[in-house]
Amino acid sequence: MSAWLSPEEWSAVTLSLKVATAAMAGSLVPGIAVAMLLARGRFPGRQALDALVHLPLVLPPVVVGYLLLLIFGRRAPVGAFLAEHVGLVFSFRWTGAALACAVMGFPLLVRAVRLSIEAVDRRLEKAGETLGAHPAWVFFLVTLPLILPGILAGMVLSFAKAMGEFGATITFVSNIPGETQTLPTAIYALTQVPGGEAGALRLTLISVALSMAALWASEWLARRVRRRLAS
Amino acid sequence: MSLEVDIHHGQGAFTLNARFRSEGRLTALFGRSGAGKTTLVNAIGGLVRPDRGRIVVQGRVLLDTAKGIDVPVHRRRVGYVFQEGRLFPHLTVRQNLLFGRWFTPRRERAADVDGVVELLGIGHLLGRRPGTLSGGEKQRVAIGRALLADPRILLMDEPLASLDDTRKAEIYPYIERLRDEGRVPIVLVSHSVPEIARLATSVAVLAEGRVAACGPAAEILRHPELFPEPGPAEAGALVETRVLRHEEAFDLTILETGAGPLTVPRLDLPVGASLRVRIRARDVILALERPEGLSALNILSGTVTEVAAGEGPSLDVTLDCGGERLLARITRKSAEHLGVAPGRAVHAIVKSIAFDPQVVTRIPRGE
Repeated sequence: MSAWLSPEEWSAVTLSLKVATAAMAGSLVPGIAVAMLLARGRFPGRQALDALVHLPLVLPPVVVGYLLLLIFGRRAPVGAFLAEHVGLVFSFRWTGAALACAVMGFPLLVRAVRLSIEAVDRRLEKAGETLGAHPAWVFFLVTLPLILPGILAGMVLSFAKAMGEFGATITFVSNIPGETQTLPTAIYALTQVPGGEAGALRLTLISVALSMAALWASEWLARRVRRRLAS
Repeated sequence: MSLEVDIHHGQGAFTLNARFRSEGRLTALFGRSGAGKTTLVNAIGGLVRPDRGRIVVQGRVLLDTAKGIDVPVHRRRVGYVFQEGRLFPHLTVRQNLLFGRWFTPRRERAADVDGVVELLGIGHLLGRRPGTLSGGEKQRVAIGRALLADPRILLMDEPLASLDDTRKAEIYPYIERLRDEGRVPIVLVSHSVPEIARLATSVAVLAEGRVAACGPAAEILRHPELFPEPGPAEAGALVETRVLRHEEAFDLTILETGAGPLTVPRLDLPVGASLRVRIRARDVILALERPEGLSALNILSGTVTEVAAGEGPSLDVTLDCGGERLLARITRKSAEHLGVAPGRAVHAIVKSIAFDPQVVTRIPRGE
């Protein structure tokens, strides 16, 4: 593989996988929590939360990236606080690329999970409670297994979105080879220099293959879960 | 074995105002749809929170709004068998059965898993998932799941309503065994008179959100006016009997009653066993003279005690046959023709074949 790809191209592939995995994993728990809140919660501000979650879907990615810069930049309030107290730096780091991808993929994850939560037969949860299970246990033993297909679908969407995210990433963390240069930004960079077409094409093929593999894996998992539930 | 309910609950235009007390092993809640049966059971189970009231199960207060007590569902220790089973589709039958056990405090785990599995005849299903079970199998697993949580009371909300008669007949014996073992009191919601006659030891009749009557089954089931639904055919009388002997050659069983012997299709019960037989009013014919040359085997002598107007052309005639009450539904025309009036001596004729196995029930020991 490394003979076929230049070191820079190779690092773009591995970095993209790392960023996408981190974005997906990091947004999983908050995504399920927000989906639960939106599907089940009755509280003031629910509409506002719904709008906020969906914002990345309708805003230009560049705007999202710029907003992230304003909030999580080195000298921005939250960014400075995190850098000083938690040691977590986002700006111009791969972690920032992961954050940008997570934010962009978040509405897709939440939507998928929320749909499956709304499809859960709540009477099953009540049955669990009559059997002595605290509502928290019911969530882990009944609700979560029942919404697993939706969670898997959401994870794949989030992963695929992260693999393809461009605008927010390049705005927030720029395009630094080896640190923040993911597949899409690497392809973009290659198309900007003379003689880069071959490299761009190679990365494009890899991008297509990775996305298809992710889709196929999710379909396979979802089918297995569905079969378990049905039979 | 005690259940005390006194609740008030408003739900839109409907108000449930139920107050009753039952000591029965199996208390049936009877009433037409919309009478508030399910709401009442949900209140006991904690799935509905009544506006105010008090619910006590076996001396344990589950709800007392005056004192601010409202035990959460998962601490109530109620076994709830739902109409639709509600088995967890992602778990096997075995995992479904053991679900409640995980949450039962160790020292209170009394239910014997193998015993319950055997009692319900579900041993061969343990490895399967609910999606592959028949309706009857699902309900048996649902009953087992509720029992294995070691409940203090078993609530059954029309658990057999979605099943056909064959499947029902398959499950009745299991419920009877539960009732007769007597470890956990049962509340059964039902709108089927034969079902109640077969299973209940106590009955509470609900009508428009109120308890119209409550008491021992034999007593309550004698009042046809309490059972207006689902139709005239359902009125009848319960007769306490004992197996006198079997006539193997004819596949018949002779029962001893206060009114005289009753011949019924062969029952699989030992001689001397006590049982309750329900004789539907529409299956009883009245005659002034003791008839001769008649194919019907059961002719009971008695006197008319009451004549009540029924629906349409019919009358409900209550008879006293040697201390047993019988109910006959005849037309007004026949009544006039025969001169049926209180005090009149008559003969009640019941076809042996009219005894539906569903309405013949063994009386639990000690009742």
